[in-house]
Amino acid sequence: MSSHAKEAAAFLADEERVHWHDQALWFVRQKRDTASKNVPAWEELRETAHQIKMHTLSRLPEYLEAFETKASEKGVHVHYAKTAQDHNETILKILNSHNVKRVVKSKSMLTEECGLNHFIEKKGIEIIDTDLGERIVQLLEEPPSHIVLPAIHRKKEEVGELFHKHLHTEKGASDPTYLTQAARKHLRERFLAGEAGITGVNFAVAETGGITIVTNEGNADLGNSLPPLHIASMGFDKIIPRAKDLAVFISLLARSATGQPITTYTSHLAGPRPGQEMHIIIVDNGRSEILQKEKFRKTLCCIRCGACLNTCPVYRRTGGYSYKFVIPGPLGTVLAPHKDLKKHKSLPYACTLCESCSDVCPVKVDLHQQIIEWRAEIDKQGQLGLIKKAAMWGTTYLFKHPKLYRTLGKLGRIFLRAMPARLLNAIPIWGKNRDLPEMPAKSFSALHKKKLKQGGNYGK
Amino acid sequence: MKVGLFIPCYIEQCYPQVGLAMIDVLQSLGVEPVIPEKQTCCGQPMFNTGCVTETEKLAIKFYGDFKDYDYIVAPSGSCVHMVRHGYNQFFRSNPDFIRMQAATYEFCEFIHDVLNVRSIAGTFPHKVGFHKSCHGLRGLRLEPASERNLVEPSKAQSLVEQLIGIEIVTLERSDECCGFGGTFSVFEKELSIFMGQDRLRDHQQAGAEIITGYDTSCLMHMEGILKSNNLDLKTMHVAEILSEAIS
Repeated sequence: MSSHAKEAAAFLADEERVHWHDQALWFVRQKRDTASKNVPAWEELRETAHQIKMHTLSRLPEYLEAFETKASEKGVHVHYAKTAQDHNETILKILNSHNVKRVVKSKSMLTEECGLNHFIEKKGIEIIDTDLGERIVQLLEEPPSHIVLPAIHRKKEEVGELFHKHLHTEKGASDPTYLTQAARKHLRERFLAGEAGITGVNFAVAETGGITIVTNEGNADLGNSLPPLHIASMGFDKIIPRAKDLAVFISLLARSATGQPITTYTSHLAGPRPGQEMHIIIVDNGRSEILQKEKFRKTLCCIRCGACLNTCPVYRRTGGYSYKFVIPGPLGTVLAPHKDLKKHKSLPYACTLCESCSDVCPVKVDLHQQIIEWRAEIDKQGQLGLIKKAAMWGTTYLFKHPKLYRTLGKLGRIFLRAMPARLLNAIPIWGKNRDLPEMPAKSFSALHKKKLKQGGNYGK
Repeated sequence: MKVGLFIPCYIEQCYPQVGLAMIDVLQSLGVEPVIPEKQTCCGQPMFNTGCVTETEKLAIKFYGDFKDYDYIVAPSGSCVHMVRHGYNQFFRSNPDFIRMQAATYEFCEFIHDVLNVRSIAGTFPHKVGFHKSCHGLRGLRLEPASERNLVEPSKAQSLVEQLIGIEIVTLERSDECCGFGGTFSVFEKELSIFMGQDRLRDHQQAGAEIITGYDTSCLMHMEGILKSNNLDLKTMHVAEILSEAIS
């Protein structure tokens, strides 16, 4: 059994939870459908967004330099980090230079990708995730299971229990409003005590040197405005050329992510506020390798909305952890093999190739195409495994020889028809709860020939 | 008009009635199709596994078998998607190969796009759930996909929708994947069946007696599950419904 299948089996064992998880995400997908259908030019917007991103990627050094220049002029310290390690160390250095012991952080998949929390905590610095979902998984000591809805795999009752333990809420309380209020109070204390705020970046505008951060909870705003030090981390793929391009991306992002026309907070930061110090760290961490691979380049258009996860029939039924990678779902499936093909080789096969991810993507990343490309890459690198390879080689031989194909088909039908159906389906060749097709006595070719002989005008 | 029928391997071996029904319908529309005898499989299982070299061999074979036909018609959206798009990495320098790809049509698509027929007269007094298999849906655009905000024609469902007496039931999820996915159904068996069960429940709750679609492979997967679980539902390819309706 491939490893995703193994992980999936564990999740599938709790059927009720699978249905609940599937339904919760499908609800988000439906909200997204409604929101996107309220925008008549939706498909043009997607295409425009794709073109802007592809254009930016084709002139990346130019735009990065422009951004750096503009941001520096506004008093921002701009850093580059080649690897996750570089990123983490750069942040540590900044924190240490201010003798920071308490950090508040808003949602950033990049910091997850870099393993920042773990790194910072090991150095004796407290780092608190301030997004509610992120805080839940942080208290659970779990990674996020979704890139936009980090605790989507946890029910409100479980959150109630967790908050009872950590935030001293009433035992058995699971009312979302009550729990949110408790989290708000708990987080407000942390915000006020925070000596540095770390945030992600949704868009970085080359023309202005400004960054845009969207949240629903306002936690990034508190995090970047209360403490005297703000550090923003971004992958280089967050660059867009002009401020007016934001109109395209902001229109697409929240609708795709949660079905909202816009998030509660869309904050444009144009440098540090008076008396504050602001740093932006631009991270590569494998992105330039992806940029060089033509077949996979479009992944860098991604705006991390999570729509491909919500729509994926596999993700919805197997959960984020079944992917064993920081980003799950179709996006994780195409990103993980860049890091370690051998380790993640089951992911491209954890997909029915339904292509829904590519149709839902607001920036037209060719996700399903890339999944097929990875499968080809797996075979090319000899990672397919003997059984699959032998099966494909054998059937190819068979399909190249029509006579053999028809003879074996005939023998197969005779054999399968001779076997009692009950016995046949007792061996779960095609799984428990799924019978093999009943075999007809004759093939299509044979029946067709017979009809021709009987004087039917078949296939004149 | 020289029309060659492409009979996918599982229809040749397991579902011959689908091929015969397709011929019935095409003949009723004045098309006399031919069955190239040496045809086997388009190579989709190999392609979807990542075996490009093996796929290429079968693409050459497919070209040899079908290159002389004006149109190639198959009762499978998935296999047609394979020929039309999966073969795109091969033989770009051969215009005949590219012509053959473009001349390959799914059965309903051929009726809609080539024959320009929008409705077929017939009676089929049943409640039917329409399964929009993914490759035909998003690969060939036989139906408008729920993700997109475009006005697109229905090329398959509309054909059966207009039969007298038929009722197409409204599903909760109009075009979700059934979990077949070719070799996926073997390598992720449990998940594949779970997905199939979800789909069947949707059809059942909508009151369908019959599930139809343009891809026998997905129907085969759902049929296997409903038989194993003794569900009161059956599957029929669109061609089978049309053939029965006109007879």
